[in-house]
Amino acid sequence: MKKIAVTELNSVFRAIAENADLFLPVKKSGQTDFCKWEEGDKVDLHKLKTTKSAKNAFFPQIQDLVKFQVSGKEITVEDPALPDKKQVIFGVKACDAASFDILDMAFTEDFPDTFYSARRENTTIVSLACNKPDEACFCKVYGIDASEPKGDVVSWIVGDTLYLQPITDKGNALVESLSDLLSDADEKDVSAVEEKKAEIKEIIDRLPYSHLNLKGFDGEHLMEKFNSEKWGELASACLGCGTCTFVCPTCQCYDIKDFKTNKGVRRFKCWDSCMYSDFTLTAGGQPRPTQMQRYRQRFMHKLVYFPSNHGGVYSCVGCGRCVQKCPQMLNIVKVIKVLGEKKDNE
Amino acid sequence: MNREPLIPFVAKVIGITEETPDVKTFKVVGLDGKKPFEHIPGQCAFLSMPGVGEALFSITSSPTNKEFMEFSIKKCGCVTEWLHSIEIGQQVTLRGPYGNGFPVETDFRGKDLVFIAGGIGLAPLRSVINYVRDNRKNYGKVTVIYGSRSDNDLVFRSEIENEWMNAEDFNVYLTIDRETPAWNGHVGFVPNYVKEVPLDNAATAVLCGPPIMIKFTLAALQELGFKTDKVYTTLELRMKCAIGKCGRCNVGDKYVCKDGPVFRCDELNELPNEY
Repeated sequence: MKKIAVTELNSVFRAIAENADLFLPVKKSGQTDFCKWEEGDKVDLHKLKTTKSAKNAFFPQIQDLVKFQVSGKEITVEDPALPDKKQVIFGVKACDAASFDILDMAFTEDFPDTFYSARRENTTIVSLACNKPDEACFCKVYGIDASEPKGDVVSWIVGDTLYLQPITDKGNALVESLSDLLSDADEKDVSAVEEKKAEIKEIIDRLPYSHLNLKGFDGEHLMEKFNSEKWGELASACLGCGTCTFVCPTCQCYDIKDFKTNKGVRRFKCWDSCMYSDFTLTAGGQPRPTQMQRYRQRFMHKLVYFPSNHGGVYSCVGCGRCVQKCPQMLNIVKVIKVLGEKKDNE
Repeated sequence: MNREPLIPFVAKVIGITEETPDVKTFKVVGLDGKKPFEHIPGQCAFLSMPGVGEALFSITSSPTNKEFMEFSIKKCGCVTEWLHSIEIGQQVTLRGPYGNGFPVETDFRGKDLVFIAGGIGLAPLRSVINYVRDNRKNYGKVTVIYGSRSDNDLVFRSEIENEWMNAEDFNVYLTIDRETPAWNGHVGFVPNYVKEVPLDNAATAVLCGPPIMIKFTLAALQELGFKTDKVYTTLELRMKCAIGKCGRCNVGDKYVCKDGPVFRCDELNELPNEY
């Protein structure tokens, strides 16, 4: 394990940014999000939840796919260059770090998304344990440990010190490249980190949503969950604004659009939302005409369809962003509570 | 690393046939003049015009056609309107094939087949029907029941009358919704006509058409004693990627683009009714 004083971290960021694009939580106009680091940025590592998740690093909101030139009846396709710049994403919390495994299942199995895969390959993830998980957090429900997140390097802040533990080859290489700036952690440091981990676990155990029951959310109960009469009430206040999908670290839906420029036609991929009515609209009809159906689709996908297709893995990491951001106070926690087995038996 | 699956290649339209006032069939080849790729009957492909958009269509030609691919397309949106405005020689972009296709080499082999289509719903079935015709000895008796709004809206009319009706052990039944002066044939809706023509309920049925026609035809077939595990249909939902990632064409935990578009009715009965 290595360590560095938190006040000295700028030197680490500077060193990383020399060879790679460094993304970390930066506070701008009162909002903290993962941004490409620039000297003088207000780095906000302590921010528990960035407004948008960290998925932007691999699945950006807008991704150019291809460019076309059209002349008369002829079309030319200009294949794009894949992203090849090394990236380091620093300060990823356990929930967002776990979301990358879920996005991998969506984007790298059958017909791999080459842009996503290239970024994933080029990126080293430095995760950071959550010192103060809050009442909207429920990562524990999905077996995620906020005191020991996944990553190429795992880090902890104890007092004024940041501790770094490389886990993978990529992580070792990164820590090695910073060896001039880091010092070795001793036994006392290791036990300080262990104490911190125990403290975090204790906080998580006491959180209100840490013990939600997911039993019955699986492919076997698909029709039973789908046909529940409770969806109408659950969804009645939904505005269809799509905020939940845009802040979600595991939402993967996208649209493909063309944009005419004076240098040809850009075809790009951009985040889309199953909350919108035109998401499924066709000339022949609309399979999900009501907001209830669209609301049901989102949660059925996360809690039933995705696990049914991916060995029981839920497409939710319990980050709680939707809990905090929904203007109507609707969220996945309510769905789990209302449709979950406990309530059904009451 | 493989090429990005969402990037298409350029193809060329070498023939356009006007089937009905709002349906045209487009013959497409690669820029080398050859058939762009192999496919299974029932599979789909994306056609696009940069700047207009990309849309998914079933491949109407049979895989036994080794020279070109055909797409029969009804004018009903941005991309289809543009396609209806083009001339021979126009380049388009193409990517595919997508989806599972019909089990022509497994479940359909040796079986009597009943094809039931409404309107443009005959487009995806034409690929199977011509495949069966070109491999005639591998299949039993074939019955085609096809209906449209009017006689002007019947697609592939000359192929149906000159080729299908003359094929060995092929029975073709046509119907239109409302009488017209030029029509001497049957008048009535497909689901009702299904109950009037001679059918063996041990046959395998393949359905495609507007949702309302599918719904009532399924009920008619059930009444006739067809088992749901011998009835196939092909679904169409909005798609952007066709590789199971853009997230919009799912019916329950199945994606129409990669787990379908062909489904057996007993499989569909176990899924949410969102199609």
